[in-house]
Amino acid sequence: MTILNDPVSTKLGNRQQLSYIASQAADARLNVELETEGMTLNIGPQHPATHGTLRIIARLDGEQVVWAEPSCGYMHRGYEKLTEVRTFPQVTSLINRIDWLGSFANEVPFILAAEKLMNVEAPPRAQWIRTILFELSRIANVSLFLGDLGVQLGAITPVFLAFRDREYVLNLIESATGGRFHPNFDRIGGLKDDLPAGWIDETKVVMKKLRNFCDEIETLLFGNEIFQSRTRGIGVIPRDVALQYGLSGANLRASGVDWDLRRDQTIPLAYDKVDFKVWTHPDGDSFARCWVRLQETREATKIVDQLLDGIPSGPVMAKVPKIIKVPEGEAWVSTENPLGEMGYYVVSRGDLGPFRVKIRSASFNNISITPWLLRGVYVPDIITILASLYFILGDIDR
Amino acid sequence: MHLQKPKGEVNQLSSPAETTAVVADTVRDEMVAAIRTTLGTAVVDTLVKPGDDIWVRVTTESWCASIQALKVAHAFDYFCFLSAIDWMPSPYGRGEDDPSEPAPVRDTVIRPGYTGGDTRMQLLVRLVNSVTHLGINIKADVPNDSFTIDSICTVFAGANWHEREAHEMFGIGFTGHPDLRNMYLPMDFEGYPMRKDFPLLARMVKPWPGIVDVEPLPGGADDDVKDGASEEGTS
Repeated sequence: MTILNDPVSTKLGNRQQLSYIASQAADARLNVELETEGMTLNIGPQHPATHGTLRIIARLDGEQVVWAEPSCGYMHRGYEKLTEVRTFPQVTSLINRIDWLGSFANEVPFILAAEKLMNVEAPPRAQWIRTILFELSRIANVSLFLGDLGVQLGAITPVFLAFRDREYVLNLIESATGGRFHPNFDRIGGLKDDLPAGWIDETKVVMKKLRNFCDEIETLLFGNEIFQSRTRGIGVIPRDVALQYGLSGANLRASGVDWDLRRDQTIPLAYDKVDFKVWTHPDGDSFARCWVRLQETREATKIVDQLLDGIPSGPVMAKVPKIIKVPEGEAWVSTENPLGEMGYYVVSRGDLGPFRVKIRSASFNNISITPWLLRGVYVPDIITILASLYFILGDIDR
Repeated sequence: MHLQKPKGEVNQLSSPAETTAVVADTVRDEMVAAIRTTLGTAVVDTLVKPGDDIWVRVTTESWCASIQALKVAHAFDYFCFLSAIDWMPSPYGRGEDDPSEPAPVRDTVIRPGYTGGDTRMQLLVRLVNSVTHLGINIKADVPNDSFTIDSICTVFAGANWHEREAHEMFGIGFTGHPDLRNMYLPMDFEGYPMRKDFPLLARMVKPWPGIVDVEPLPGGADDDVKDGASEEGTS
C-alpha cells in the first residue's frame, strides 16, 4: 500500500510512511503564514531524562515537535587540542574519558593508529586480552543502556538489575587493569600487564550471569506490551538517511545495514579467531535499535567465552623503544565501539607527541540526526528516541 | 625480562607486519584509477598505502562536485567525518616545558601531509562504501586569504554539524551552509582554538613537568630514576 506518490515514501514500509508523513506535515505547518506562535520547550541541560548535560530546544505545536535541536557543548573539554601538547603514551589517559562507560574501548583505536604508524604489532597474547577487555567494556556499557532504557519509559526495575550485573563486569575490569572506569591499560606495543591469576575462571562465571541478565531484560522489558507500543514505529530512520548522517554501530544495523567493523575490516585484534553473529533489524525504529543492542550484549558474552578458551601464551608487550617517537605519517583506525564507530585520524611529525588528532566519536554523528528525526514526533517520544539512539555526553562533545 | 634492552637498539622493532606486508593492493589501485577517470582534472594528487587506505586531493573549486561524484558514481554513501588540519607548525610547544633548557629553534615551514597541499589549512573528509567497506580520505586546500570553501551539506546532511565544528574551531567558512552557529563555545568567543597559533593557556601560565612524564615501561630499569624525577617535578 502506498499512501503518498512521493518517490521517497514508495521505498518505505507502512510504519515508516506514517512517520514520514508526520514529519512532512510538521514541515508544512512551519510554512503556514498565519501560524500561531508555538511553544518552545527546553529539555535540560539538567533533566532526569537526559544522561548528563544535554539541552534540547524543541518548538511545539500542541503536542507535536515542529523543530528541535540539541544544544551541545556543556561537556566540551577540547581533547583534540590537548592531545597536541602531550606525548603519545600520555594521550590514552585523556581519551579514556570520551565514552566513560566503555573506557578501554576508547584507547584501542588510538593505540592501533600509533602502532600502525610505527609499524609495530602487539604480540598475540596482548591482542587477545585487548579484545577481551574491549568486549567487556561493551558489556559494561550496553548493559547500563538496557537498564536505563526502562527508566526512560517509567519502569524502575531493569536499572537495578543492570547496576547489579554491570558491577560484576567492572570488578573484572578493575582486577585486570586497576581501574574500574578509566583503565589506562593499553600501551603502544601491547598492554601494561598480564592478567591476574584466576581471572579467566571468574570471567566465565560472570559471562553466565550476564547472559541471564540479558534473558531477564528480554522478558521483563522487550516482551512488555507498553514498552513495545512506546517504541515500535517511533523514530524511524531509513537506511539511506542513516548512512548519510554517518550513524554507526547498533543504530546503523537497526536500519538494516549489515556492517560491523569487528568483522568487516582487517585489524590486529582477535575477532577473526572467533565465530559471532552480526545482528541487524530491518525496521529502523526505536525498538529495533534497543533490540539490536540486547542481542549484541549477548553476542559479546559469547565472544568473550570463546576468546578465554584460546588465549595464546607469550609476552604482552612487543619490543618498543623507551621513549616513543612515532614516524612521520597519517593513519586512520576505527573500531566498533559500544556506541558505534570510533576512530582516530592521527597525524604525526616524527615527534614525541601527535601533530593533530581528529577524534571521530560515534555519538556526535548519532546525535546529529536528531533535528531531522525529532520533527513531527510527540513530546513523550522525544525521550524514547533519544534513549534508543544512545549517546554519552562526553562522546558528543569530546 | 623481554622488555629490557641495551641502549642504542631502538630501531630494531619486532614487527610481524613487516614480514607479511602487502606489496600490491589491486582493489585500492583500481579504485584510484576509476576515481581519476570520474573526476578528471579535479584530482590533484592521490596516494594508496597498500592494505591500508586511499588519499585523494581534489581542487578547492571542485570540492562539493567531487564529493557528489564520489557518492553517486562510486557509492561512497557513508559519511564518516569532516575535519580540518592546520599544517602550520605550532609556535608554542613542549620546548617551554623545562625552563632551564634554552628555547629550541622552531620549525616555521608549512609542510603538508599525504598528497601534498599549497595552503595552510586543509579540509579532510572520510567516506566509506557501505557495501564493500572500502574507505577513502578526501582532502582539499582551503585558500589562505579567505579560509572559505563550499559546504557539502547538500550532498551529505550529516556534514552539517561537522562543518559547524570546523568553522568554530578552525575559522573556516562554508559557503552554502544553512546555519554556522557555534556548537561548543559562546557566540562571542574570539579566536579559533584549534588553529596552531592559538595558545593553550593552561600550558602558558604553568610549566608542564615535561620530560618527567615520559613513561617508563613496566619493569624497566630506571624505576628509581622516575621516582626521583617525579618528586622534583611536583616540588
